[in-house]
Amino acid sequence: MSVSIPARRRAPAPPAPPAKRVQFDRPVTPWLFVLPQLVVVAVFFYWPSVQAVQSSFYLEDPFGFGASFVGLDNYRDTLAAPEYRMIAAFTAFFAAVVTALALGLGLLFAVKADKVIRGASAYKTALISVYAIAPPVVGLVGMMMFDMHIGPFTELAALFGWQMQVGINYWDTVVALVTVAVWKQIPYNFIFFLSGLQSVPASVREAALIDARSGWRRFRDVTAPLLAPTAFFLLIINVTYALFDTFGIIDVMVKDKPANNPITLVYKVYLDGFKGNDIGGSAAQSVILMAVVAALTVAQFRFLERRVHYG
Amino acid sequence: MFFKTTTLAATALALTATTALAQTEISWWHGMGGRNGEVINEIATKFNEAQSECHLTPLSKGTYEEALASGIAAFRSGEQPNILQVFDAGAATIIAAKGATIPAEDMITGAGKPFERDAFIPGVRNFYADRDGKFIGMPFNSSAPILYINTEAFAKAGVEPPKTWEEFEAVAPKLKEAGYLPLTASQLTWQFVENFKSRNNQQFATNENGYAATEGTEILVNDDATVMMFDHLKDWADKGWYGFYGAGWADNQKPFEEGKAALAVGSSGSFGGLQKTATAPFSAEFLPYWAALGQGTQSFIGGAALFAFSGKPEAENKCTGEFFSFLTQPEVQKFYHQATGYVPITTAAYELAKSEGYYEKTPVAEVGIQQLMLPGGEWSKGYRMGFYPQIRTVMEREFNRIFSGEVTPKQALDTIQSEGDALLAKFAKTAG
Repeated sequence: MSVSIPARRRAPAPPAPPAKRVQFDRPVTPWLFVLPQLVVVAVFFYWPSVQAVQSSFYLEDPFGFGASFVGLDNYRDTLAAPEYRMIAAFTAFFAAVVTALALGLGLLFAVKADKVIRGASAYKTALISVYAIAPPVVGLVGMMMFDMHIGPFTELAALFGWQMQVGINYWDTVVALVTVAVWKQIPYNFIFFLSGLQSVPASVREAALIDARSGWRRFRDVTAPLLAPTAFFLLIINVTYALFDTFGIIDVMVKDKPANNPITLVYKVYLDGFKGNDIGGSAAQSVILMAVVAALTVAQFRFLERRVHYG
Repeated sequence: MFFKTTTLAATALALTATTALAQTEISWWHGMGGRNGEVINEIATKFNEAQSECHLTPLSKGTYEEALASGIAAFRSGEQPNILQVFDAGAATIIAAKGATIPAEDMITGAGKPFERDAFIPGVRNFYADRDGKFIGMPFNSSAPILYINTEAFAKAGVEPPKTWEEFEAVAPKLKEAGYLPLTASQLTWQFVENFKSRNNQQFATNENGYAATEGTEILVNDDATVMMFDHLKDWADKGWYGFYGAGWADNQKPFEEGKAALAVGSSGSFGGLQKTATAPFSAEFLPYWAALGQGTQSFIGGAALFAFSGKPEAENKCTGEFFSFLTQPEVQKFYHQATGYVPITTAAYELAKSEGYYEKTPVAEVGIQQLMLPGGEWSKGYRMGFYPQIRTVMEREFNRIFSGEVTPKQALDTIQSEGDALLAKFAKTAG
């Protein structure tokens, strides 16, 4: 999923004069240029979405021999299940915690790395390299770290009298999942924050240095506002990451057997649809998820983007 | 010269074309990996070498669940393979889809091969068959849950391996004293629900365990006997007699491999692997039952069966039938049994392995098949419940909650009962 941030500005009061508008001979020409992109979007995004919405109103046998219209039954069943509500609550919690930690730590590392002069590229490479690892591999590494028989983290926790039981104890598993998910995402945030920091003009920095001696005040009043567009972009990316891209990590860490382990909504869609062959129920869940994500994105743009100043 | 070369090339081309044309290609999707996946390729090679009309190509689709999901998706788009491997828990889903498959029995007789239900060992005759005993699926890799015994632990504790759970309760304290974890189990759903039902001859679902009809079938899991089983398991866990390590198979098997556990309920199909991984010498016994409940009837067959998809040309169906028939040959069965640890499914294959002295060398390999040949009871033939993989997921969730102390066994089984029934009702609607 890619999100582009348009530099939206308030529309100027008088209509803009047709100064430098590109003119096409015929009105179809521009459409021909965008057609390939439109086809891709339609085939890979809109058509499946329409199909999902349609399936969510039907109860269908897995082999496709027949489907009966059941109205909102699938939605009612889904939302009425205590299990579903628990997973939804966990998903919200997980997204919030992973986003906050990944952004916070990414920013911290970026600010610190920005100050390093000697061997800077070595630090940066070390921090960024984690990003090149595929989510399932990250999951595997995490699984080994937290393995209940041989995991080093489990042994470390035992030193402090904490008998970690990842895979049995719900909150122990939450700790493991959040740790691994955050670890995977920090490099991404780090890269963006670092480039954001480095694009702060030297003149601005020097001026700030004269105005305020406190490093924290300089960061709060000068650097942070200039980083806001980057942070806003990262916020959306991180929320999307926590909601969807953690699938591979979860799949590997719960080892194909979710049991009562924490899982996210998108993993539940997969479980019911692909493992359970419940097409209607799974479709209803994905429509709910689509609606939530759409609402979230709109909310982010409406309430947060206003406060963001694009330089 | 030019002419000659072209003729030669053309002839060569024509020749390859004829050989290719003469052979009917059939495909087989399965859910096995590792060594078991390799053995499937070896079986296919054996079949391809044994005759010249058909050419079978196996293809791994990942896990059992993934194989079923891919098979279903392929069927919906008309791209189904000839043969699909479907695991025990998914059997009801594909059997209920009438018209999606052709009964294995019809495939074999259609290819002009003989088919004898009684040639199969009793434990495999009904599980993948319809109510009248007609084989819908072709039993393939078949296993039984058995009790693996760390013989060193028992020698140290000075006790005998248990045959019943009552006997287990008698020896557990001594095993614990000797420094062992008395019991682990690799999959509670299969071993302590499904085969608790079969070994103790307990009804598992209404409508004759689900065989009579899909409509109105309800699971039976919060009855007194099942609650008793899980009350005991929880009690054993609290006393340190039973170790629960989550829903994952390997995590639960590990203490036995490390020689820390005295007993492990596992699959008869695991013994090949255990021979390599277990650090202590081991033997095996039948899965214990409750003397208070029954006599220890045969267990349900575990593992998977092969289903022939419909909508394929006659020639390909004939090849599929040929292959199914090929699989029943004693030599083939014996090869598969010895290469993987899965049980032979025909009496003839079992007798063959026996006559060659295989079980004298490896007595553990015989336990599973003997358990499947035990006298059957009214409820030990099999169960048929749609969406059963999802019901298992619910069970796994609730079992974790039992052992983390969130719910009592009774509460957990009540939840499984109600969510299970809801899933069954939903399945009845989709299949109706």
